[in-house]
Amino acid sequence: MLLALIAAHAVMAALTPVFTRFLRARTFYVLALAPAVSAAYLIARAPVILEGGRVLEEFNWIPALGIGITLSMGLVQWVLGLIVTIIGVLILLYCRWYFAEKMPNLSGAILLAFAGAMLGLVTADDLIVLFVFWELTTVFSYLLIGHDSTRRANRGAATTALVVTTTGGLTMLLGIVAVGYSAGTYSLSEIVVSPPTGLLATVGALMMLVGALSKSALIPFHFWLPGAMAAPTPISAYLHAAAMVKAGIYLVAVLAPAFASVPYWRPAVLILGALTMITGGWRALRQTDLKLLLAYGTVSQLGFMVLLVGMGTKAGALAGLGMVIAHALFKSTLFMIVGIVDHAAGTRDLTQLSGVGYRAPWLAVFGGLAALSMAGFPPLLGFVTKEAAFESIVYLITGDQYQITPLAGALLAVAMVFGSAITVAYSLRWWWGAFASKDGAPVLEWKAPAIGKEAIPALLGLASLVGGFLGGPLTEVLGPYAETVPWGKPSHGFGLWHGFTAPLMMSLIAMASGIALFWFREPIARVQSTFPETTSAEDLYHRSMGGLDRLAVETTARTQRGSLPVYLGTILVTFVALTLYALMDIRFWPQVRWFDSIAQIAVAIVISAAAIAAAKSRGRVRGILLTSATGYGLAATFLMWGAPDLALTQVLVETVTLIVFVLVIRKLPRYFTNRPLTSSRWWRVLLAAAVGTTATLIALVTAGARMHEPVSEAWYQAAYEIGFGKNIVNVALVDTRAWDTFGEISVLVIAATGVASLIFLQTRMAEVKRTDEALAAKNRKREADSSPAVWLRAGQTMSPLARSLMFEVVTRVLFWVLLIVSLYLLLAGHNNPGGGFAGGLVAGLALMIRYLAAGRYELDEAAPFDAGRLLGAGLVLSIGTAVVPVFVGGKVFQSYDYYLNLPGPDTWSLFGHQLPLFGELHLVSSTIFDVGVYLVVIGTILDFARSLGSGIDVHTLQDKAPTPVVNSAKALPGGDRR
Amino acid sequence: MNANMTLAIAAGILIACGVYLILERSLTRILLGVIIVSNGVNILFLVASGHPGTPPIHGLFSEETAADPLPQAMVLTAIVITMAVTAFVLAMAYRSFQLNGHDEVADDVEDARIRQLAQADEQSESYEATRFSDTGEDVVSE
Repeated sequence: MLLALIAAHAVMAALTPVFTRFLRARTFYVLALAPAVSAAYLIARAPVILEGGRVLEEFNWIPALGIGITLSMGLVQWVLGLIVTIIGVLILLYCRWYFAEKMPNLSGAILLAFAGAMLGLVTADDLIVLFVFWELTTVFSYLLIGHDSTRRANRGAATTALVVTTTGGLTMLLGIVAVGYSAGTYSLSEIVVSPPTGLLATVGALMMLVGALSKSALIPFHFWLPGAMAAPTPISAYLHAAAMVKAGIYLVAVLAPAFASVPYWRPAVLILGALTMITGGWRALRQTDLKLLLAYGTVSQLGFMVLLVGMGTKAGALAGLGMVIAHALFKSTLFMIVGIVDHAAGTRDLTQLSGVGYRAPWLAVFGGLAALSMAGFPPLLGFVTKEAAFESIVYLITGDQYQITPLAGALLAVAMVFGSAITVAYSLRWWWGAFASKDGAPVLEWKAPAIGKEAIPALLGLASLVGGFLGGPLTEVLGPYAETVPWGKPSHGFGLWHGFTAPLMMSLIAMASGIALFWFREPIARVQSTFPETTSAEDLYHRSMGGLDRLAVETTARTQRGSLPVYLGTILVTFVALTLYALMDIRFWPQVRWFDSIAQIAVAIVISAAAIAAAKSRGRVRGILLTSATGYGLAATFLMWGAPDLALTQVLVETVTLIVFVLVIRKLPRYFTNRPLTSSRWWRVLLAAAVGTTATLIALVTAGARMHEPVSEAWYQAAYEIGFGKNIVNVALVDTRAWDTFGEISVLVIAATGVASLIFLQTRMAEVKRTDEALAAKNRKREADSSPAVWLRAGQTMSPLARSLMFEVVTRVLFWVLLIVSLYLLLAGHNNPGGGFAGGLVAGLALMIRYLAAGRYELDEAAPFDAGRLLGAGLVLSIGTAVVPVFVGGKVFQSYDYYLNLPGPDTWSLFGHQLPLFGELHLVSSTIFDVGVYLVVIGTILDFARSLGSGIDVHTLQDKAPTPVVNSAKALPGGDRR
Repeated sequence: MNANMTLAIAAGILIACGVYLILERSLTRILLGVIIVSNGVNILFLVASGHPGTPPIHGLFSEETAADPLPQAMVLTAIVITMAVTAFVLAMAYRSFQLNGHDEVADDVEDARIRQLAQADEQSESYEATRFSDTGEDVVSE
């Protein structure tokens, strides 16, 4: 149920854009449902929790790693869960009015998702899962602070919060692993019951403490929190006062009963807590921005709470948890009131605000309740919990906890009273700043806020008042948690009156001196301004971020030279060095045979010579032809090896490549760039020779050292029995390794699209124009197809000088023959050499020939549609053969066969001989996949012809094509760039 | 198993010539290098597949004498992809001529700018120094 509720938050958050379209700001009513239902569920679980039980939920998430999503809710989790959900509902409702004018789509969704993550955080039992939720809240907080990324302050604040809290979070992750490893479990509840001991566990616990302190903005991490006030006010109220920063307190509260006595825990918690409380309060006294004042006040209070729950005594634990509740109530009230004042008066600078109390008396009353609760005045909840807090400190002075000496306790008491006095002072300052009338302030312009907007903080303010009288029940509810702490005396509990006790004296001193601090605020401000600016943790942060950026710049400048030859050279040198190092390990020379046949040697010599000549060639045409020679030579080698499919495909591919080359280089200069004979050239020769030698060595060693049977041994039978084909290579392509082929045709589609886009730029679709349109543009009439001179229809669009009658005649005869051959190759390929690739290449060549014979209109006559259609149809067919078997109970790409007996006579007689007619047809489903391949290959070549052929033709006409400069390696760029 | 020396050496020569071309700056030459290296690597597949034999076609030839079909299927894929790469790089070379009148692969301009930053001991352009003073003057919020 809990898990479903958390998931519901995420789902609702994802649907937010849909809601906002219809409901606008009223969307928040819908969004508030998720935390509302969760709160109702938690309240319904109250009987179980209050009897000391736990609510457990398990869901196996990553079984292989033993990580389950285990949610376990005990008392602390339940209390925190209630705070998160109830305050969440109220904040979301408040948002409905706060964002009434401008609905922030994203922020609303993230706020809700954050609420879900927070609920997950406080109920997760597995520490890894807890960490995931922990970081989720960090990320959401980052997004919410940076909601307006066009503002520098928002960007900076968001980054600071992210970097500081994730640094803490990652430290915590290390701590989680250390603690989990030494405990043998990642279950939080089990770890707390039997905490692991030893150095690793101690270090781990302290590292987790670091994570908690960073999240709760304790010194030295405190500086991110005031910056986070860049978020909208309701979000600050929820994340940076009531919920997220409480995550750190929660973790300390859960871990303290187990780890409070490990070395350095108590000193760290007490010293940092006290320092934070005083520093935060001291800075709050200097703020003139009401929201920022509250932010520093929050820092101060967080220090106080961490100190209480972390010190590891029964009394401290009880007081701390009470404070968490009281703080959530009054701080969210205060933030919401600041939001109302800000919107209604247009400012929240306390020097500019005057007379708000007269205009909004009720707001002043409820704000006053919350402020007094923060200051710890009776009879409010803040007073009750602060009494308990002082009591736990008094216990320390009496030697309640031997790890904390009485003297330390006394010092702590002084610090706490001083901190509380400052708290009183800034609470009064807040109320005075928000509501009092001041001299010299501009006249107030007040836009009355909506009733609903005021009702929510009013409700929470009243809760602070009512809570003050509920000390007894609160003690009963929270008592069992305090009992889990093994150290110290139990507290006297929460209550308004315990007699004339030391805590009461401390409260009175704090209140009196706080009022004095407020009263003499002007002289004190003068004193404050004389304090020197100290180098703070914040400076350290900024300096290290700046240093990190510098380091990145230096590293990038050194490693990223931006030169392609340098990169390739580095890769190749590494390849040679590592391979040679590995080859050093070879103990025996590999067994070799010199050759298989004389013809093999002859071909090898030819292709080697062609390759060397190609590398030396300066002329484009010569280089291309020599490269082609290596390809055709390779085809001969394949044929001799027993690979007719390869030989066939290689010859066809080589031909297509050659045509494509010719189509492009007609616009390129004759020579390659003439590079001077520098020393770098000899380095390149040396590197190339080293790579070549290494490749030869690898070939000899790996092939010579092979001892196992090839995996394809079983294919001989399997291809026929499972793939229903006799040509094993083809079955491998369309069945055994169909995924591979599917990837390959995708590459073809991408390449074809890329080529088309590089030529047409704005679109990948070429304009298809047939002969009639071409002639109509010139006011000419088309000659009848039956005229003697018309062999190819579009021939008449070409200049008579460019036409070759022979070529046209041959093309007319050859085209259909080629198409039939291509279909034969496609269909025969399953049992004989051929297949979709070879067939497609032949059909593509047929189209190419039409283009070459009679120009671009002839290509459009042959294929009057865009190549994209062929590519798409081919891909769809291939995907179909992959997917359809799944729906009939098979596996992806499974092949089926079918024997088709056509009606009619099986044979027919001719001159007394019985000849087969159709007989039995053996149909195999993977042929459909091959048809897909066939279409994709034709589409690819059609695209090449359209772009590099027709496209460049059009460029030439429009003067957009480059013009080679005679006897130079340069060309003039296309017309519009000249 | 023993390895075929002739083909291994031929593959080495092709790869060496291809690498030499790839280290050039002219895109057309780099492309020729890529094609020649691919051809060399395809020969490596043959060397790795052991002995030549009869075409691996069921029923037509004996299973014992057939050449290994697996490397053949892989090489077939490689051949076709090389064709696609060739056309794409050629289109890029053409575009480069169309824009600049040459097809030389120039050094990256962005990297040169980062080098300048490093020499001047400066932070990157994306770096922002924001701080939040006590008075909150940098804090702009809603």
